[in-house]
Amino acid sequence: MSHPTSLSPSRRAWQRFKRNQLGYWSLVIFCVLVVASLFAEVLSSDRPLVVRYQGQTYFPLFNDYPETVFGGDFESNTDYLDPFIQARITTGGNWAVYAPNPYGPKTLNYFAKAPHPSAPTEDNWLGTDDRGRDLLAQLIYGFRVSVLFGLALTFTGVLLGLITGAIQGFFGGKTDLAFQRFIEVWGAMPELYLLIIFSAVFAPSIGLLLVLLSLFGWMGLSDYVRAEFLRNRQMDYVRSARAMGLSSGQIIWRHVLPNSLTPVVTFLPFRMSAAILALTSLDFLGLGVPPGTPSLGELLSQGKNNIDAWWISLSTFAVLVVTLLLLTFMGDALRDALDPRKADR
Amino acid sequence: MTPLLEVRNLRVGFSGQDVVHGVDFEIAAGERLALVGESGSGKSVSALSLLRLAQNADVSGSALLEGRDLLQMSERELRGVRGDQVAIIFQEPMTALNPLYTVGAQIGEVLQLKKGMTARQAHAASVELLASTGIPEPARRAQAYPHQLSGGQRQRAVIAMALASSPKLLLADEPTTALDVSLRGQILDLLSDLQRQHGMAVLLITHDLNLVRRFASRIAVMERGHLVETGDVARVFAEPQHAYTRKLLASRPERELDDAAPAAAGKPVLSAHGLRVGYPVSVAGLRGWFKKGEFVAVQGADLEIAPAQTLGVIGESGSGKSTLALAVLGLLPFKGSLRVAGTDWAEAKRSNQERALRQRIQVVFQDPFSSLSPRMTVEQIVGEGLLVHCPGLTPAQRREQVVQVLADVGLVDDPDQGSGWLQRYPHEFSGGQRQRLAIARALIVNPELLVLDEPTSALDVTVQKQVLALLQRLQRERGLSYLFITHDVDVIRAMAHQVLVMKDGAVIERGPVDQVLTAPQHRYTQALVQAAV
Repeated sequence: MSHPTSLSPSRRAWQRFKRNQLGYWSLVIFCVLVVASLFAEVLSSDRPLVVRYQGQTYFPLFNDYPETVFGGDFESNTDYLDPFIQARITTGGNWAVYAPNPYGPKTLNYFAKAPHPSAPTEDNWLGTDDRGRDLLAQLIYGFRVSVLFGLALTFTGVLLGLITGAIQGFFGGKTDLAFQRFIEVWGAMPELYLLIIFSAVFAPSIGLLLVLLSLFGWMGLSDYVRAEFLRNRQMDYVRSARAMGLSSGQIIWRHVLPNSLTPVVTFLPFRMSAAILALTSLDFLGLGVPPGTPSLGELLSQGKNNIDAWWISLSTFAVLVVTLLLLTFMGDALRDALDPRKADR
Repeated sequence: MTPLLEVRNLRVGFSGQDVVHGVDFEIAAGERLALVGESGSGKSVSALSLLRLAQNADVSGSALLEGRDLLQMSERELRGVRGDQVAIIFQEPMTALNPLYTVGAQIGEVLQLKKGMTARQAHAASVELLASTGIPEPARRAQAYPHQLSGGQRQRAVIAMALASSPKLLLADEPTTALDVSLRGQILDLLSDLQRQHGMAVLLITHDLNLVRRFASRIAVMERGHLVETGDVARVFAEPQHAYTRKLLASRPERELDDAAPAAAGKPVLSAHGLRVGYPVSVAGLRGWFKKGEFVAVQGADLEIAPAQTLGVIGESGSGKSTLALAVLGLLPFKGSLRVAGTDWAEAKRSNQERALRQRIQVVFQDPFSSLSPRMTVEQIVGEGLLVHCPGLTPAQRREQVVQVLADVGLVDDPDQGSGWLQRYPHEFSGGQRQRLAIARALIVNPELLVLDEPTSALDVTVQKQVLALLQRLQRERGLSYLFITHDVDVIRAMAHQVLVMKDGAVIERGPVDQVLTAPQHRYTQALVQAAV
């Protein structure tokens, strides 16, 4: 035996992927960014993480405290950016740990020193938008929304594409014919108009957007899966499995599906970047997430409206480029790793 | 006499790995040399790299064609040699011809390029060339596109194209492998005739020793990139010097069956009457929207297999023999009656007894690379049948049976070693080992009948012999019946008790193996048997 240890084809593909430095490190960096954005509340929040005030410990990140707790006048929730409150909780024996970027995505700083939109300053590292919200905070939360949305849309699209492609390809014949005609009709529907109509009928929400985009996003993948199934279902190992008496479900699950996943996996990063881009452009047009949700597209639109506020468009653009580049590098590496013509060396 | 081509210390490597390690041979003008070896021996690569046609290969050494070194020439000079002094015939005539041009135009192109003929002259000459290769109605065939010709005619057209420039040396790379057995002899005879007429030298690359015996005057045997023996065909066949040559010559399948066993004892394992299988084909034009035509692949076949006997089915591609196999396995709809061990297939499908019947009849396919799922381990592949037919087994019991059957098919010497093999994947095995795995997968459910669809045609001759020996041993030990489908008369002779000859979907001859192979009645069978000698 030439191989000292026995590796499954997917393990070998992973080893080939790891050998592609650019793709591998893109994956690492992307994962770090995503995990970091999942803890966005710790990184960027207008509430301190911990406050020690007059011998007692408070966790404003998780609980609401009225101002009166910290010696203020009002029963309303504490505004921790208020210089008066800041002074109360940071002088004497008291201390407070603020998030590295002390603004949330929706925080309006009523005590800002510069007019909005403000260029990058010591207080707002990337400046503020035209409503006075901190840009860095918006970017962190917007990135999180985009990536999570991209993941969800990729997942539903792959799931639908796999199921429909598998049914068409495996059963073929009339089933295939009917499905293909359905796809042609369905694919001819003007997606953008539907989005505009639905955004007028229903209250815009991320869930609605996910459903609508999922309904139209599965067709491209379904074609590939169908082709793979058509090819694999007539392989001799599938015939052997039939001769063995396995049911159609077992044959699909154990034999055809694992051997048909190559295009699905190859397209994953590209589908994800397409999903992120779709969300961004819909937000840019104002058809996307509900107003007030941090979003890269909405920031781009602000950048367009305030063309002299270069920091808005430039930093948003940078975040988008880095995200999409990382995904593309990963996709390239993955495609090479799964290419059957490339022998492993 | 100086040789026409003198190859000295030819080395060929791909990305740093040598596949041909210093080969020396020469061909005299008008000589017929056969380069013989198994797959991976480097015989094709050696020949192709003479004209630097092997892609991405690092070639070193020298190849003197009439004193000029082909390996040192510039690409421009070499282009003058290719197709002029040296021509090539490839294995697969369908891909060797451009599907978008007529055959005549492609032959004419060579004539215009190499002989400077006008288009009119070239056309006339190409019709002549086609006529010389024995194609009927050459003037009409010259206007035909490759897909309009049969396989044999295509190969004749390729030969005509190669001869267009009256080459001094013809490289024939497995020129008959893609053709049906009955055509092989004809094409080889044609090559012989033309070689004598034109007085050119031919380098025949092949793995088929029958062809060598019929065609060549000298033989060169390659093994793993080394030339192990050269000499006159008669001498090498009579007294081979090298161990590998001896092994190759001894690789003709042998019969080790218990012929004394009483035939037709007990109920037949398989019996079919009036078996008919058709495929729907689309009808051209508007009518095709409403109805489908039918292509009849097997018509009215009757067959019977007794316990522990082998029924050999022989025929060329398109004769319906593989369709017959799939129908017997119950994988294709059929008409007529088909009974496995007394149970009717159609009846079993109606009454949900299908699974029980499937346990009795199993299959081994031709291609060892597509017959095993690349993403499953040996244990999963071989043990799958137990999941279906013996669902009560514990994983440990299942594994025990898998190891046992791996030992039975000779993959492991003793069952204790077998467990190391269970987690391996198919890509780690050679063709012969994979075929043993496929046999193990079929055997684990203890079938009574094994359908073997060309089980050894994708294997090298030495491996073929081992696999056939294994199948014979299993038949003796387990009393298995085989439905053995092949195009190879030698294999049928070694394996079968009864023989069925198929052509164009019909059974044209049947009988005991001795009778069919020694005294064939039908003209087609006679041609088939003759081609194999």
